[in-house]
Amino acid sequence: MSADDRFSRDFRDEREERPRGSRSEVVTGPVSDWATDFSHAEPEWAADPYLIQDDLRQRCPIAHTERFGGGWLPTRYDDVAAIAYDTDRFSSRAIIISNFRPSPDLAPVGIVPPISSDPPFHHDARKLLLPAFTKTAIGRYEQSTRSFCHSLIDAFDGQDLVDAAQDYAKHIPMRVIADMLGLPPEDAPRFAEFVEDVLGTVSLPPEARRERLDKVFDYLYAQIRDHVENPRDDLTTYLINAELYGRKLETSHVVGTIVLLLIAGIDTTWSAIGASLWHLAAHPAERERLVASPDLLPTAMEEFLRAYAPVTMARLVKEDMHWRGVDMRADDWILLSFPAANRDPAQFDQAAQVVIDREVNRHAAFGLGIHRCVGSHLARMELRVALEVWLSRIPGFSLPDPSAVTWSTGQIRGPRALPLRIA
Amino acid sequence: MKVQIDSGRCSGHGRCYDLAPELFGEDEEGYGQALGGGIVPPGSADAARLAEANCPERAINVLEEG
Repeated sequence: MSADDRFSRDFRDEREERPRGSRSEVVTGPVSDWATDFSHAEPEWAADPYLIQDDLRQRCPIAHTERFGGGWLPTRYDDVAAIAYDTDRFSSRAIIISNFRPSPDLAPVGIVPPISSDPPFHHDARKLLLPAFTKTAIGRYEQSTRSFCHSLIDAFDGQDLVDAAQDYAKHIPMRVIADMLGLPPEDAPRFAEFVEDVLGTVSLPPEARRERLDKVFDYLYAQIRDHVENPRDDLTTYLINAELYGRKLETSHVVGTIVLLLIAGIDTTWSAIGASLWHLAAHPAERERLVASPDLLPTAMEEFLRAYAPVTMARLVKEDMHWRGVDMRADDWILLSFPAANRDPAQFDQAAQVVIDREVNRHAAFGLGIHRCVGSHLARMELRVALEVWLSRIPGFSLPDPSAVTWSTGQIRGPRALPLRIA
Repeated sequence: MKVQIDSGRCSGHGRCYDLAPELFGEDEEGYGQALGGGIVPPGSADAARLAEANCPERAINVLEEG
């Protein structure tokens, strides 16, 4: 049997062999009209996307932009759901909007399967991951997550003011995914930088963006090669050995999926934990109610996920078509805003209000249809444990300076600076 | 009363087995399954309706008769 040499080449050579994508002109700066020139990469959007989306839903429910080479923003729940379900007309071969569109020849696999995959390949690639991410499988990580949350709070010792985004929320998903992938826990703090390299660079010229991505790939190739030589019981070794259609996975599939698993769970869950703490700090009566009645946490948590859904996905239109009143062209982007869907008054009573005991909550924070977030059970475990530990250790906390809170721009939204007073 | 899961719609969000673990379980890939042939025991009718009302994919049907 020959040694596994799938990971011995430089990934830059692999990439050179990929079909070429297309680039569009980088357009940044203030938005003239959100209905015709929207951009989720501008500071106004980061400050409050809900005002913008609520306004669009009433006057122009499928907004357009020429930025990023052209795209659409549906803001009604029904339209977002219809696109999520319609994998025939909307491709997932790119799910982060930038000024680069991967070649249609990359479908149905895409660069980071299975999130970037279309049927029928998608189903098979996703099936490989599902058993590791069931609620039961994720339960194995609950105790270590809880201990880790306690250790983060232990480290606050003596401080009156802490940054709950940087010193708490951020570290939890980084540590858990390092455990699951079998990456050194001491590397975990670098992962936030990798997330920024992948997701925070959408307005950079493609060459500059590629340089940032190379750093992430260099790191992961080194880790994968180490796992080839020293197999162990973790997801990285599992993917190296996994088979599809009777043979081991393609190199690009293994690496792409590991990139996905590393990146996708970090700033998303970090955002969900941070937004929940931000809301409770800003609404003392609700914080007190939740501290007094911890049995409200399950509904409160789902409500935070609805109201502050961190994740917006993207799709690419497959062919020119007239769709629900607009003329879409092949390769137009769709900014698939689950946050906008989650605040549609046609779908939710009191859509703009946070109701922590909301009993009926069919929110779409984890997407809808075949691409439902594979890590949703992991995210829910991390969010629940992070809030349980925080509320039990620090039941009294407040927001001393609301203007000091900063929010990320782009498709993942959450607090990136969250100074809280804890004593 | 009975509950059914439309496996063509279920995407494995797991809201049903979070909210009504006495009626629903997960399969090895995380998709929901109605337990006990979907028969809703007396006292679990509200849990069945809660699971139905919270399924993001509208994959759960509660059959009042049966």
